[in-house]
Amino acid sequence: MKPDTDTIVDTSTDTHASPRLAVAKTYKLYLGGKFPRTESGRYYKLFSGGGDSGEVLANVCLGSRKDFRNAVVAARAAQPGWASASAFLKSQILYRVAEMLEGRASQFAAELVSMGLEPEAARAEVTTAIDRLVHFAGWADKYQQVFSAVNPVASSHFNFTILEPTGVVAVIAPEASPLAGLVSALVPVIVGGNTAVVIASHARPLSAITLAEVLHTSDVPGGVVNLITGDKAELLPHVGTHMDVNAVVYADDDRDQLAALREAAADNLKRVVQRGGVDWLGDDANDPYTILATQEVKTTWHPIGV
Amino acid sequence: MTTSPTLNFDTDWSYAPAPETAPVELADAYGLFINGEFTDAKAGKTFGTVNPATEKRLATVAEAGDADVDAAVTAAQTAYDKVWSKMPAADRGKYLFRIARLIQERAREFAVLESMDGGKPIRESRDVDIPLVAAHFFYYAGWADKLDYAFPGPRKPSPVGVCGQVIPWNFPLLMAAWKLAPALACGNTVVLKPAETTPLTALKLAELLRDAELPPGVVNILPGAGATGAAIVNHPGVKKVAFTGSTDVGKAIARSLAKTDKRFTLELGGKAANLVFADAAIDQAVEGIVNGIFFNQGHVCCAGSRLFVEESIHDELIAKLQDRMKTLIVGDPLDKNTDIGAINSRPQLEKIEHYLKLGQEEGAEMWQPETPVPARGFFCKPTLFLNCAQSSSVVQDEIFGPVLAVQTFRTFGEAMTKANNTPYGLSGGVWTDKGAKVFKATSKVRAGVVWANTFNKFDPSSPFGGYKESGVGREGGLHGLKEYCSLN
Repeated sequence: MKPDTDTIVDTSTDTHASPRLAVAKTYKLYLGGKFPRTESGRYYKLFSGGGDSGEVLANVCLGSRKDFRNAVVAARAAQPGWASASAFLKSQILYRVAEMLEGRASQFAAELVSMGLEPEAARAEVTTAIDRLVHFAGWADKYQQVFSAVNPVASSHFNFTILEPTGVVAVIAPEASPLAGLVSALVPVIVGGNTAVVIASHARPLSAITLAEVLHTSDVPGGVVNLITGDKAELLPHVGTHMDVNAVVYADDDRDQLAALREAAADNLKRVVQRGGVDWLGDDANDPYTILATQEVKTTWHPIGV
Repeated sequence: MTTSPTLNFDTDWSYAPAPETAPVELADAYGLFINGEFTDAKAGKTFGTVNPATEKRLATVAEAGDADVDAAVTAAQTAYDKVWSKMPAADRGKYLFRIARLIQERAREFAVLESMDGGKPIRESRDVDIPLVAAHFFYYAGWADKLDYAFPGPRKPSPVGVCGQVIPWNFPLLMAAWKLAPALACGNTVVLKPAETTPLTALKLAELLRDAELPPGVVNILPGAGATGAAIVNHPGVKKVAFTGSTDVGKAIARSLAKTDKRFTLELGGKAANLVFADAAIDQAVEGIVNGIFFNQGHVCCAGSRLFVEESIHDELIAKLQDRMKTLIVGDPLDKNTDIGAINSRPQLEKIEHYLKLGQEEGAEMWQPETPVPARGFFCKPTLFLNCAQSSSVVQDEIFGPVLAVQTFRTFGEAMTKANNTPYGLSGGVWTDKGAKVFKATSKVRAGVVWANTFNKFDPSSPFGGYKESGVGREGGLHGLKEYCSLN
């Protein structure tokens, strides 16, 4: 199953008389299953190695409030369909994402290195992200069984409690772990039938957009995951106050940002899930309770008899 | 009276009085319950609590201030550190079983006092509130030494610490039980504030806890109003907040806790849709509608306050509903024949009356039966609003009174769209005789509790709580335990 090293193409070496000119990728947003540029036309420069100057890796979209609002519209439209997809199908799609990611592991690793990660850390980011997807793909048709209940009420009723997705969830990705952290924060949200709007790492945003290409080719329906790059300080107040967002998963480590988000989220009682301080490469992030964090608990009563 | 298709109102429908006479010993004044002792408020403040059916003062109650809250939290922390969290779990359970038994022994006394202080019909406090209080303590008593089985996975539960709990006036003792029983079972200690209009059963419960020899400081009860509640919520020693009440206050609590890592659960307002399809058993549905909105004078966060009727049965169902409403008895809460007791307080009655006026001004058609209403006390007739617009205030706002807004629908999709067109999501009801439609409808209603062909049923093993702006977290059942444990 290992690729034959002789078949690997190194695009930087020339096979002709003159050096080959590389083809660079334009990094854009991922909204509603499409790859538009930010409506604002703004960008920020990402430099090779994650520094403040030098070779420009990409002109990254500086996403706007309007982009975020468009993303929420796309996520809301996709939510009922994704929630009603069978658990088996969600499981297969998430496993397919892992397959696609595995196939592009080298590309992701190289991209992480270009943003300043050591090769070993980059490899760990990629393999962890793949294994995390496989782990949660397996939860898709199990968390309901493990965490729901049939309740022995004293009256003559059949009473049961199940989990339902809370709806549209904003995911604030960690700066520290641009791929494994992003996947670990995102997958528990979507495995439970929510749709997501991700605010990617500002310092290392490219993995998020390349992940969007993987999602796009894995039968994840358009709008289920939407990804925005940009300035968190600018975007987060709009995340907190948006009245059609049901929950926010805050996976970064800025206490002031978290407090401001919680305060704004009270406007419509968004559930704010704090996932800071997580070892994104460790097995602790395989916690199925992270699925419950963006689930609602519904109890239904049926009379028995008559 | 009017002619009816089903009932003969020309005969005499009046009932002989049937007052409940079980005695209640009531002191003239009650203190704060801190560290197992009743004490006056440090600032010396007091307030009166009245019987809303007679407007007569029942007792004077101490009002807790910041210093009292501090003393109570300190007592709770000491009890947590030295006694309650260290005690064998089985012993914690035995204390809770003991409390449940003592409540059963004194059930009638508590029921009468609940009706006196809060205005609810004795039939409801006797048959619903107090039995559920005892059942709640029984249910969670059993969990105390079984918590390792409650949370799948390798991590073990441990208690959170001192819990600050603020409860409402609609089910005073029941809400105290909902809050106390799971908190105590999991090894936490509590500072609890009852509502300012209904503090008496919580203070009687404090006496009972002493009789049960519950260690001092494990439960502290501090009567007061909003300022007392805020002092409890914001006290740095409180690790977990549980609040039941209005959505506005719930949001304010969420804001005030934003900079802390305190856990919180909120049980807030609702505007439940009660959906009746044309294939429903109509007479049963009428009973369910009445129980849904007129139970406890409509002072129920999960009340079925929006009725959606499939257009083809609207006229028949409303005629039957109006007949049923004509038979409802509004009056003395202590009379066993009473269906609708007293509105809890004058401000609440004024709020309801404001909505009765507003609903009519906005174009909905108001209907009330010709039921007699006592001259003294706070009372409101059961009320229907017909031909309501979706935008009407009586459709959108939680009134918390015996007021039902009626709308119609033609298709299943329209019914669901209208039902879910609300910022609330606490409960809902579905009436149909088709099994598959029951499951389709109950899965589409965005609410934490959905009753199919029944309404307003409660059980300690059944989780309760809201979607959207109706709250955060669950109380009751297995899912209510999680809020009072940390997994490590």
